[in-house]
Amino acid sequence: MVMEYNPAIPLLRPYIDADNQGFWDAVKQHKLVFQRCKYCGLFVHRPRPMCPRCLSTEKEWVESDGKGIVYTWVNFVYANASYPGIQVPYTVIVVEMTEGVRMISNLYDVKPDEVYVGMPVEVVFDDVAEDLTLPKFKRRQV
Amino acid sequence: MNNISGKAAIVGIGMSQFSRNSGKTELRASCEVIRDALDDAGLVPLDIDGLVKQTDDASDEHAVTSSMGMDNLTFFGECRWDGAPCAMVLRAAVGVVAGVANYVVVYRAVNGASGVRMIPSMRTSGQMSTADLLQWTFHAPFGHVSEAGRVAMVARRYMHEFGATSKQFGCVTTVCREHGAKNPNGLYYNKPITIEDHQKSQSIVEPLKALDCHEEADCAIALVITTAEKARDLRQKPVYILGAAQTMVPETEEKNTYYRPDIAELAEVRESGKRTFEMAGVGTKDIDVAQLDDSYSPFVPMQLEALGFCGRGEGAAFCEGGDRIRIGGTLPMNTSGGSLGEGYIYGMNHIVEGARQIRGTSPNQVKDAGLSLVATGAGGPASALILGGSR
Repeated sequence: MVMEYNPAIPLLRPYIDADNQGFWDAVKQHKLVFQRCKYCGLFVHRPRPMCPRCLSTEKEWVESDGKGIVYTWVNFVYANASYPGIQVPYTVIVVEMTEGVRMISNLYDVKPDEVYVGMPVEVVFDDVAEDLTLPKFKRRQV
Repeated sequence: MNNISGKAAIVGIGMSQFSRNSGKTELRASCEVIRDALDDAGLVPLDIDGLVKQTDDASDEHAVTSSMGMDNLTFFGECRWDGAPCAMVLRAAVGVVAGVANYVVVYRAVNGASGVRMIPSMRTSGQMSTADLLQWTFHAPFGHVSEAGRVAMVARRYMHEFGATSKQFGCVTTVCREHGAKNPNGLYYNKPITIEDHQKSQSIVEPLKALDCHEEADCAIALVITTAEKARDLRQKPVYILGAAQTMVPETEEKNTYYRPDIAELAEVRESGKRTFEMAGVGTKDIDVAQLDDSYSPFVPMQLEALGFCGRGEGAAFCEGGDRIRIGGTLPMNTSGGSLGEGYIYGMNHIVEGARQIRGTSPNQVKDAGLSLVATGAGGPASALILGGSR
């Protein structure tokens, strides 16, 4: 099941600022990156202005291998409690990445009744509009 | 840390009917319940020198004061997040115990059903603050927009780790509706449901069903807080604030708590509960009646665990069948009906009911209730109170 967007309703876009721009610039180039502290090496997601462990503002974007597992997930099935720009049902997942960080995304091309906690997934880039790419996930064969 | 236990009290309560259309502005609703709360306490507007508001509410302090001739304000400010109600009482108590105010009003008025009250994350990004955007930017583009969706995410993990079932969540709603069916002030008076009704209700965001989620409602509530000394001279039996706390923990967000190691527990509730019990100097066994955050049913078993009424993973079984949590059970809870069985005003009604149990005026009175626990803000910044009839 590929997600269907309703072109009549504006897409919800990320608000890009100086703290998170590196993430979205990379996504545009079909790369998934996470913020890592240059001083103590802690990975964090979502991006933030400083390392919550050592308070260093020296940080770098590290490319991920894009692999993770489904940590938890939900199905949006009722239109009135969902984003009207996306056709229900659609699946939102929390992915636990190899780096240890977690991120919210969508499960791409998997039926809701096939999803389970612990399911191996890997990133896939969905160019949902000319100027918007989203990192989504598909089933990973292991 | 300075212990304020028993040094302040709730001395006035004003509460509107719950409805789906109050026909009033939120400002008018605020003023009316504040007037009722002052009347309940035996005070007049010029006695009031403190006001605590919830950030998201439309009825601003200056509008309230100019509408009511409340001209002596020297202590005012806002609390934010869904977990604000108990924290607003804490703020008021701190003000009166410190002596910077004499009588403080805490109020909320919400036209949640009739008014234009968008889910905050559905606002366009241009209107949002930077802090909101940190949540928005990495959630909304994926269609993760509703509060029910955020709670469902945590509920799924809780079910996965401990084998909790939808039917066990349904027992919470069933008991809340059972209590609410006897409360003429609520939306669900004389409207109990069965567990079958819960199971058949519309799926909203799986695994949550419609009857796991509160409905929006119109309601207003005001409370008056003063010192224990001043409370003795007022009209009502004082409801002493024996414990109060407000907490955030690592990676706290408003129901977006996916980023910390363990999301199948309500860490903010655990910490606010711990501090509240410590301040009151009592334990779970001493609590006669509890009002827990039932904005979404899965939060109830998770709160029972976080507050120490049962062990990790035992909360859903604790709720099963409802016998332990209904009137007559080991821990009667949400005796006014709560958010699921009375109406939704972010838990303000839970404080009113917690206080009524101590006054002896609940629609579902627990006999000789001496200690009443209230918890607000499950899944985000949380706060809690322990209320009692003696210091």
